[in-house]
Amino acid sequence: MAQAITHQFEKNRALTVLKDLVSRPSGAIGLSLVMFHLVLAIISPYIAPYDYKLQNSYLMLSAPDAVHWLGADHLGRDVFSRTLMGGREALLVTGIATPLAVIWGGFIGILFGLVGGRLDEVLMRVVDAFLSLPWILKMLVIIVTFGSGTAVLIPTLAFFYGVPVIRIARAATHDVIARDFVWSAKARGHSRISIIWRELLPNVLDALMVEGAMRWSWMLLAFSSLSFLGFGVSPPTPDWGLMISDARGFMSFAPWGVIGPVIALSSLIIGINLTADALAKALGIDRAQKAPV
Amino acid sequence: MIVMLMRRILLGFITVCLVSIIIFSGIEMLPGDACTQYLGEYQADKELLEQCRKDLDLNRPAHERFREWAGGAMTGDLGMAVDGKTKISTIVGDRVKNSLLLAFCAMLVGIPLALILGIITGLWRDRMPDLVISTLAIFAMTIPEFVSATLLILVFSIWLGWLPGIVLTSASAPISEFFPEILLPVIVLSLVMCAHIMRMVRSSVIDVMSSDYVQMATLKGVPYWQMVFRHALPNALLPAINVVALTIAWLLGGVVVIEVVFNYPGLGRLMIDAISDRDLPVVQSIALIVASIYVCVNLAADLLTMLANPKLRTVYTRK
Repeated sequence: MAQAITHQFEKNRALTVLKDLVSRPSGAIGLSLVMFHLVLAIISPYIAPYDYKLQNSYLMLSAPDAVHWLGADHLGRDVFSRTLMGGREALLVTGIATPLAVIWGGFIGILFGLVGGRLDEVLMRVVDAFLSLPWILKMLVIIVTFGSGTAVLIPTLAFFYGVPVIRIARAATHDVIARDFVWSAKARGHSRISIIWRELLPNVLDALMVEGAMRWSWMLLAFSSLSFLGFGVSPPTPDWGLMISDARGFMSFAPWGVIGPVIALSSLIIGINLTADALAKALGIDRAQKAPV
Repeated sequence: MIVMLMRRILLGFITVCLVSIIIFSGIEMLPGDACTQYLGEYQADKELLEQCRKDLDLNRPAHERFREWAGGAMTGDLGMAVDGKTKISTIVGDRVKNSLLLAFCAMLVGIPLALILGIITGLWRDRMPDLVISTLAIFAMTIPEFVSATLLILVFSIWLGWLPGIVLTSASAPISEFFPEILLPVIVLSLVMCAHIMRMVRSSVIDVMSSDYVQMATLKGVPYWQMVFRHALPNALLPAINVVALTIAWLLGGVVVIEVVFNYPGLGRLMIDAISDRDLPVVQSIALIVASIYVCVNLAADLLTMLANPKLRTVYTRK
């Protein structure tokens, strides 16, 4: 019975939060942008008017017209088709890596927040040390050594972006841990895993969800920056970062090459951020207190 | 307070030590070393490889080499680059100077602007100026740096032709030669920075303005602006110090993309080049420098917060 009531409550709460989220202008806009990009990533191979790797030397750097809506790039490929498909790789990689990062970082953070003591101190120093290194250095060292395939990028992103999650989860755990219900669970003799799963996790989940949304946007930023620098997706796979980097050289006489991917990438990242913002407000968490890490 | 300070310094030192261990062991664990890189295709020759490792002292146990490297780093000697001829400290020195210059200019523009905008948006919360500025800030914060940089180059150097879109100055040139080329990278950086700090200041101003003592001051009949400047702002700006510190640390270490876009000869581009060339000694040194700067800046921020916090100050004088 009690179980059923809590379930009911949880369901209602999720619905309430979602309603609250959509009722805010930032949430509505953000969520629709994100949904749009997700749907686009799934259906783009079927609706793209041209093959993304089809080269046509007659069209090289040609201006937008009725046939090629965004013109053609330096290899004579249709920019519009490539822009439509440019987010697939990024969304795939970050879409898998984000939950992984939140899960492992969240678990470690909650665990050490619960255990506390000397071990926790040591772990936090290691986390600090990791955070004091620029992300791009950590990523590039791995990528240069092991290549930049999806199989390398997903675990690498998941690992490095999970480290700051540890901090958030730990802080959130500390807020919860002093409450009475955790004490009574301890007094009842519940195991650590059971306390984490049944008492801490439901209370830390809000913070983790907002953090996850933020990590997602930062991961996308990292992924496209890596592509832009030439360390990410390998050609001819269409990717916004790579497309911008390629088209940049011809920007003075063919600026249309950068416009498409710029708008696509920006709208996705802004969409995620607006959603995260609205989600944080809907859940009652102040997100502005956070700095870029 | 002194005890707290000593504790923070000690923790910072421990962090730097940990970083150096992580960097060293991380690079040690990766396949390949300076010799396989130096020899290139000749690395198949076991004898040559052995000889090279002997010359570069690479066949000694890792902990011994670590002690030597860390000891050298403390005295400012970072060792040799992988070509075995140039001292790392000379290569890195100029780049650090250039990165500092870029960061300093961006701070000079970004921080005051962020404070002013943060206060404005905080005081006029949810009204027109706040909505406009906050929306713009979200754009500035979330759009990838290479995107905004590309757009700014397109507009200001290609279409309007006002500013040079790329830095052609060499790494060792005197500071004066970086102008006006440095302007566009500074604008991009300060935009991002300004957005982050502004949001922080805004939420903190809103927080303080709704606090009891501000209400008390209003009820006592303190004029609005006097109340804002004397009672609210000093408390509201305190938490901003930490965000500013994090942003500065990010400026010094993480502006790799901007440096590449503008071809700016700073630490970030050196890092990319060193990683692409697998010049591991240089990578190690840069990582150590950036991490130390990060720790120092954060330490300075904590110290400033302690000094500026009226609560801590009164505790101190009462003693």
